[in-house]
Amino acid sequence: MKAWLRKDGRKGIRNVVVVGYLVECAHHVARIIVNKADDTDIQLIGFPGCYPNDYAMKMMEAICTHPNVGGVVLLSLGCEGFNREGLKDTIESSGRPVETLVIQQNGGTKTTVEKGLLAALRIRTEIAKVEKVEMRIDELIVGTICGGSDGTSGISGNPAVGYCFDRLVKENASCIFEETGELIGCEDVMIKRAATPSLAKEIDACLVKAARYYEVLGYGSFAPGNAEGGLTTQEEKSMGAYCKSGESEIVGLIKPGDIPPTGGLYLLDVVPDGEVRFGFPNISDNAEIVELIACGCHITLFTTGRGSVVGSAVSPVIKICANPETYKNLSEDMDVNAGRVLEGTATPQDIGNEIYQQVMDVAGGKASKSEELGHQEFILTYKHFEPIGPACLPSAVNIQTR
Amino acid sequence: MINTDSRLVLLHNDDNIFVCCQKIFSGESIQLENHKAIIKTDIDVGHKLARNNINVTEKIYKYGVSIGSAKTDIKKADHVHLHNIKSDYMPSHDRSGLVDDSLPDGNLNNTSEKENFK
Repeated sequence: MKAWLRKDGRKGIRNVVVVGYLVECAHHVARIIVNKADDTDIQLIGFPGCYPNDYAMKMMEAICTHPNVGGVVLLSLGCEGFNREGLKDTIESSGRPVETLVIQQNGGTKTTVEKGLLAALRIRTEIAKVEKVEMRIDELIVGTICGGSDGTSGISGNPAVGYCFDRLVKENASCIFEETGELIGCEDVMIKRAATPSLAKEIDACLVKAARYYEVLGYGSFAPGNAEGGLTTQEEKSMGAYCKSGESEIVGLIKPGDIPPTGGLYLLDVVPDGEVRFGFPNISDNAEIVELIACGCHITLFTTGRGSVVGSAVSPVIKICANPETYKNLSEDMDVNAGRVLEGTATPQDIGNEIYQQVMDVAGGKASKSEELGHQEFILTYKHFEPIGPACLPSAVNIQTR
Repeated sequence: MINTDSRLVLLHNDDNIFVCCQKIFSGESIQLENHKAIIKTDIDVGHKLARNNINVTEKIYKYGVSIGSAKTDIKKADHVHLHNIKSDYMPSHDRSGLVDDSLPDGNLNNTSEKENFK
């Protein structure tokens, strides 16, 4: 596959200009710029809060310097707390073109829209000249999440993604799974897969943290509807989500915005550190997709039973439909029909190979269904994380620079 | 696996259960690997069926990992659910309340968790 080579050495499978608002007050101006540009490669991202937040800063830095992003236009109202200079410096030092427009200093909505549109189009033209080079599978980062799950997700879609992940990991791609709040009951199985005893401890602590966080929020666990759908135990339910990770060794534990330093399977800890604050860890599926993208994911594999239709800004989403009935209703939104496992016409392995092929095609430039339909969802809210500990990443001896 | 009824899926080679993908009705004679078996109760989509005989206290494997223990002896092709297996982690419940997780020798498992769970 061919990829766009960024000046920082990273390789992108898309060549996007992001227009990012740094407070809700600049959202409208940013949106009008993107609408007027009317170009699938000029996309809207942003953070709505007025109060500064280290997590939001780290996420915006990670997204704006993502390998799929070629350049950035930042929209600031002027008085918000976001460190716009710091963000601009990070983007500039990554070698990407960036322009910041402060609405209060540019004569208001109309003139800022005009200037912003010109800036976005100028950057778009500039990055169209970026060199394309060969990209290997071991340079790919692929994430997975599930949303709108039902009883079929754990039978067809999720095990199939697991097979695909095993194949990708064998070829030394980086694969990331998450949803630590839904892995309660998988602790023992999961820590056995950790590459080192100290990483096993970190994973265990991460799951204890998740269980506590959800307990404070008053989450239930195993619901009667689960039993009616054939699930018998909490560990069975959690395994249904967990099996998306496949069977490879877990080589690292990362947090949003950390980029896997090597190939292999990584767990992304999405549950905030410290006291419970700012509400739910992730308010919707797209908040998790944005976190995966901030970890460098070129592509996200999204399994659904009930039928989600979302995509994402910056990185393509490949949707895998677990339920054959849902597939019939929503086939235009689905990339892979894993429901064939339930119809007896395919095994989870077959579907895993089909997903693998989709990953190769989409990485090679083919638009995924959500991309074709213009889905470019993006959401970023307040969170708090402590940095990961030294035991969380593969030891320095094993690290090959990505 | 080649011979097994196509309405059943084996998620992992180490599993001792199949998962039902399309409803199977009571009284049907179905192929399970190299054997025929008569189905004793309706099996709905998403539900589990024993791949072989499973003794009481033996682990139930799905996705190649344990998802609980047998609380009675389970015969090949039996429906595997709340009535014959239990969580090793926390008690399960249906709409009528917590499921009895006692083993036949009278030992109650997960008693403390059960209390907390209420």
